[in-house]
Amino acid sequence: MQVDDTDRRILRQMLAEPSAPRSLLADRAGVTAATLARRVERLRETGMIRNVRAAIDWRALGFEVEVSLRFTLDKTNPRAFDEFIAAAREVPEVVAIETFLGRVDVRLNVVARDMGHYQEVYRARILSLPHIAEVDALMLIATIKDSEGLPL
Amino acid sequence: MIKGVIDLDDTDRGMLRALSLEGDLTAGELGRRFGLSQPAAWRRVKRMEEAGILSNLRLEVDRAALGFGVTVFLGVKLATKGRVSLEDFERAVQAIPEVQVVQHVLGMFDYRLRVVARDIADFERVLRRRIMTLPGLGQVEANVLLTEERRMGPLG
Repeated sequence: MQVDDTDRRILRQMLAEPSAPRSLLADRAGVTAATLARRVERLRETGMIRNVRAAIDWRALGFEVEVSLRFTLDKTNPRAFDEFIAAAREVPEVVAIETFLGRVDVRLNVVARDMGHYQEVYRARILSLPHIAEVDALMLIATIKDSEGLPL
Repeated sequence: MIKGVIDLDDTDRGMLRALSLEGDLTAGELGRRFGLSQPAAWRRVKRMEEAGILSNLRLEVDRAALGFGVTVFLGVKLATKGRVSLEDFERAVQAIPEVQVVQHVLGMFDYRLRVVARDIADFERVLRRRIMTLPGLGQVEANVLLTEERRMGPLG
């Protein structure tokens, strides 16, 4: 599907503020509400818009600790990635799994209620994951910016 | 809005799972799925919004199809701790349109950034012109995102 300037204007507005009322987004994009609805429908059908989801705030849910665990895997085993990821999916505190090209192979985002809980998860569930060569941790202090915005 | 922990029952958790997949479900649709009236479903959503658990909607797009084929995570270390102002760095980095996520972290880096670019050449441009010129920038490590998967985590 070809995306034209109108689509780009609509997407720019929606990415910037997905929760805003559709009528306001239409105004900002300079189109009528009907045009916006039709365009959004088409963008969804063609998969340009994959999903509209609600963001969950883990801190507000009582998970005060959020850690980004970055792994280098032992790649002498050809099944290292598959087996590591399959095992990581079984850990309930893992909220995201990402794979990379670079020094880091896989990143897990882990949430825990407090440091005691994190220590327990890290020792019992994370360090026992298969094929780990190296692991380092980045503990989240604050999220300064978090958007899906694109310079369209 | 006061953030705090509230008790959630199985229905609340189910509704959170449903909304984290389809954020624009109406109270009527949620009610039908969970055997509640529309007002009862709305009240539960409202309560979770007020507790700060459901913050806002996120639009997920096909970045590659829209011309942004490359997503890179950068680990950034500031040059001279204590002497550079975190505020100056944060203000400048947030203003870069290609930077989607900025997180202050504790560990071998000071910040984690998610950067989008059209292709590797475009990423190089962003890196040289925008990132490397940030105030107080020290060391940078780049990892190119290949796949990403969100999990329900403790809600699953």
